[in-house]
Amino acid sequence: MRITIDTNVCIGAGQCALTAPSVFTQDDDGFSALLPGREDGGGDPLVREAVRACPVQAIKITEE
Amino acid sequence: MTETISFPQDRTCPYHPPTNYRPLRESGPLSHVALYDGRRIWAVTGHTEARALLVDGRLSADRQNPAFPITLERFEAVRRVRTPLIGVDDPEHNTQRRMLIPSFSVKRTIALRPQIQRIVDELLDRMLAQGPPAELVSAFALPVPSMVICLLLGVPYADHEFFEERSHRLLRGRSAEESEEARLELEGYLAGLIATKEKTPGDGLLDELITERLRTGSLRHEELVRLAMVLLVAGHETTANMISLGTFTLLEHPDQLAQLKADDNLIPTAVEELLRFLSIADGMLRVATDDIEIAGRTIRAGDGVMFSTSMINRDEAAYPAPDELDLDRSARHHVAFGFGVHQCLGQNLARAEMEIALRSLFRRIPDLRLAVPAAEIPFKPGHTLQGMIELPLAW
Repeated sequence: MRITIDTNVCIGAGQCALTAPSVFTQDDDGFSALLPGREDGGGDPLVREAVRACPVQAIKITEE
Repeated sequence: MTETISFPQDRTCPYHPPTNYRPLRESGPLSHVALYDGRRIWAVTGHTEARALLVDGRLSADRQNPAFPITLERFEAVRRVRTPLIGVDDPEHNTQRRMLIPSFSVKRTIALRPQIQRIVDELLDRMLAQGPPAELVSAFALPVPSMVICLLLGVPYADHEFFEERSHRLLRGRSAEESEEARLELEGYLAGLIATKEKTPGDGLLDELITERLRTGSLRHEELVRLAMVLLVAGHETTANMISLGTFTLLEHPDQLAQLKADDNLIPTAVEELLRFLSIADGMLRVATDDIEIAGRTIRAGDGVMFSTSMINRDEAAYPAPDELDLDRSARHHVAFGFGVHQCLGQNLARAEMEIALRSLFRRIPDLRLAVPAAEIPFKPGHTLQGMIELPLAW
């Protein structure tokens, strides 16, 4: 699994970091970011919930 | 054909949607309601459909669009001004929102927590020293978010009576004139405050916007005043209602409250469930700018659309036993803060305030109870944010 975040679309709602804090965080400007080493989601089942929670659909998952 | 249900209507119980909305739930994810002027608009009550439509760029939040639905005659006043953030579409909305995102991030909110806790503790100290009894709205529910938003924006809390009263009249005035007058007074106050800050800067968000945006020419003076007004009003009215109505609801559900008191870790989940269950901002409005096919229906360009958050958040397909308050459930994906680009900017701040306020209130005053029978306590009418007008408590 590979996670990508479109920061041009992100509105900084923080829903991803709230839903799956082991994978997502917010950078200093408040935009969504992946925690280092967690670009593959680290097997956290909450990643899919975080994708769903994003109000602007800025997070995409691609299966490898 | 049955008569179209009118919108908005008053709640019969402060924490349940109006009983007269029940047919809306039964008539499928999309139906119609009638507004005060006889206009029929779409009513969205399905959770899946709401989430799909709220991210659809063909629905506009532009209140200056002549086809934008208005739920009360006095709201005609809002058409006269361009309301930043909430009443504009992208790209204008996006530009404004991006200026504010850093100040409302999860990290900033975490950094504010100790200050929120101090505000909450001081208000509770005072309430305990003066009572019992106490009136929670004026002693706690309103001052907590009001002090927090003042701190964040850099607005002097000493002026709170002035802006709280205007904000109340803006949202609940009896006529278009009264609301408009309140809006102008608030604008005048904030324009004065911004002028003072330009000479003597402080350290709030408004000061940052003056330095980084106003001076660089990327924000006009008038726009900053209106932005400040939206943040000030939205920052205290909404959370105040959640604290007052949340407290009332918990007191009316003693088993749930006992569970909350027994387990401190439950508070974030409990706050999400209260947000879902109470849906205090019921009825988000949009206008279609193009035809949209959804759930076998066609929303036509120019049609008004109303999202009933209280119905969407009680869609049985999304939440089993939706009419039951269950603090332990996962209320994830509720739309109490909206969804799409307009989702509440201050949601993480609001969550922090609610968590700290409710946890501290019941920890400091474990035997808190209603001072009068529940049925005698006044709550707000349907056309505004839902919450308690007064909440007399004893312990």
